[in-house]
Amino acid sequence: MSTVERSGHEPFIRMSKRGEMLPAGKAWGIRVLGFFLSLVVSGVVIIAISGLNPAAVFATMATGAFGSAKTSWVTIRDAMTLLCIAVGLAPAFKMRFWNIGAEGQILVGGIATAACMIYLKALPAPLLMLVMILASMIAGGLWGFFPGLFKARWNTNETLFTLMMNYIAIQLTSFFVATWENPYGSNSVGIINMQKKQGWLPNLFSQGYNGDYGWNVVIVLLVTLVMYLYMNHSKHGYEIAVIGDSENTARYAGIRVNRAYVRTIVLSGAICGLAGFVAVSGASHTISTSTAGGRGFTAIIVAWLAQFNSVVMIIFSFLLVVLQKGAQAIASAYNLSQEVSQIMTGIILFFLLGSEFFVNYTIHFRGKKVAS
Amino acid sequence: MTQEQLLTLINSAIAFGTVIMLGAVGEILIEKAGNLNLGIPGVMYLGGIGGMIAAFYYELGGGSSPVTGMLLSFLCSIVFAALGGLIYAFLTITLRANQNVTGLTLTIFGGGVANFFGASLNTLAGGVGQISVPVTSSAYRAYTSLGYLGTIGRVLFAHGFMAYLAIVLAVVMRYFLNRTRAGLNLRAVGENPGTADAAGISVTKYKYLAIISGSAIAGLGGLFYTMDYIKGTWANDGTIEGLGWLAVALVIFATWKPVSAIWGSYLFGFVYWAYLYIPGLSRRTLELFKMLPYVITLIVLIIVSLRKKRENQPPASLGLSYFREER
Repeated sequence: MSTVERSGHEPFIRMSKRGEMLPAGKAWGIRVLGFFLSLVVSGVVIIAISGLNPAAVFATMATGAFGSAKTSWVTIRDAMTLLCIAVGLAPAFKMRFWNIGAEGQILVGGIATAACMIYLKALPAPLLMLVMILASMIAGGLWGFFPGLFKARWNTNETLFTLMMNYIAIQLTSFFVATWENPYGSNSVGIINMQKKQGWLPNLFSQGYNGDYGWNVVIVLLVTLVMYLYMNHSKHGYEIAVIGDSENTARYAGIRVNRAYVRTIVLSGAICGLAGFVAVSGASHTISTSTAGGRGFTAIIVAWLAQFNSVVMIIFSFLLVVLQKGAQAIASAYNLSQEVSQIMTGIILFFLLGSEFFVNYTIHFRGKKVAS
Repeated sequence: MTQEQLLTLINSAIAFGTVIMLGAVGEILIEKAGNLNLGIPGVMYLGGIGGMIAAFYYELGGGSSPVTGMLLSFLCSIVFAALGGLIYAFLTITLRANQNVTGLTLTIFGGGVANFFGASLNTLAGGVGQISVPVTSSAYRAYTSLGYLGTIGRVLFAHGFMAYLAIVLAVVMRYFLNRTRAGLNLRAVGENPGTADAAGISVTKYKYLAIISGSAIAGLGGLFYTMDYIKGTWANDGTIEGLGWLAVALVIFATWKPVSAIWGSYLFGFVYWAYLYIPGLSRRTLELFKMLPYVITLIVLIIVSLRKKRENQPPASLGLSYFREER
């Protein structure tokens, strides 16, 4: 970057990389500002479409997310599932392995869980729970293994590989839905083990099921914590960080890059598979092609925007789920379509992506002296 | 299989193929400029709903000329899809946001906008029920009298005009990329933007133009889907998103060659619909059969990476943002 003044040729506006990193506080200030701008814009969009009073809209949104104990628990539950996926994706993305196959990994994890619930319901409850967790992680890990292996061996494009694996998983889900359908001809599995509730994740704070989702929170936060330690305080985590910065440096430093690729993507897939367990055993108690429901993609954005920081991932997961629940509440209260929540999510993410630029770059206008 | 069934299968394969061919040709242009746009499903959604909105309000206002409705919806579809592309271009080129994440966001956004309006247009206009634009759709689905001419006529001529437009676009795209100066420059930008920049090619300009026009072309895939494939109606069933991902897959299948996308798309269509005509498939095995297009794409992807033939590789700087001062 040159500081020589060339008044004749200087463009009206130009940008340059910040000389030194912004202090964390200022950087988050920019992101929060971007977030508020996005709220303003999506507010304007909603009002333009529906002609509603913005204050009423935001009040309805709050009720939609936290109106009662039950809705609050559902909000927490969904945020935890999203967080689990984001935590699973983080190591792969930090290594620059573009795993966009979380959808598929969640689904096969869900299939494995449902299979255990159906075929192994005679097992004692704690053992069944353990088997389900292991099965879902193995299934998800396997779904990550193939793209990881081909990436490591033959440098096959992992973005496209994992994308195709999603669709194979979706068809596999349809196959199992047709196999297990109940009642016959309904083309859905229905609630599995409706009567005795074998394989259902129980309440943590009370007797019964579906009163609270405490166990979902415990499992996911535990995974988040372990992952945090793994990423920041283990040799593997360090290797991932080095490979993410520069593969050649990693090779030069004697890191076995190929092995790290396969290991990390299997781990990533296994945790996404676990998210499938949480979604099936801990929430819906059924399996369908919408079990993943696009969350595998949303979680990528959560992990990326949080820069793989665990605490920030928790915040973002809640933020997105609260917004979605809120927007769904507006939709049903004012007789609009549910997709209003997707529009809002899109607008907010666009702004957050854009604000990263202002964190990393500065803008110079013509005529202003460049401070040295 | 009777001759009649074979005819139906071929025609459904062509119709299905046209949707993803348009998406893939647009994406090839974008990827050749070095941008991996995972927002193609969103862009196709935007193109589909753009045309639908124009046609809906035209027919709501009493418009009864199929040709006018067609022109309006065609134009509106291009504008919607190009605007989607513009958002992506601005974020990834000017603001240097990550391409994959921005593309996925565009898919969420485009799907949201399209399905929102698809479900609410009638309510917003004070009506009830499904939306349907029969007048405009008839212009898209009209074909010449040659289409009634025997077997050949029914395969070659019995399609709406966009099925032919898609082929023309693919051929023109090949000519543009391989035989013109601008196409050469564009490929240089996608292979090595630093070198292209040093040679005096405006990287920013080429990338912007490629993304915006590529998105407009891909959006036509969504337009063809709503106006011709499902006959001027709207369904919030996520089909366009699935087709959009198939279009992204088709780009790999065709190894970034627009003309290969033509036969590739028909093959995808054929495989997609073939299950209807295979005797003895139960509902379960049918679902496994529907995996085929994806499995085939996966195999092609693996073979391409194994053989490492230079002309089959993706553009060298695909997915990376370019910043002159960072070299």
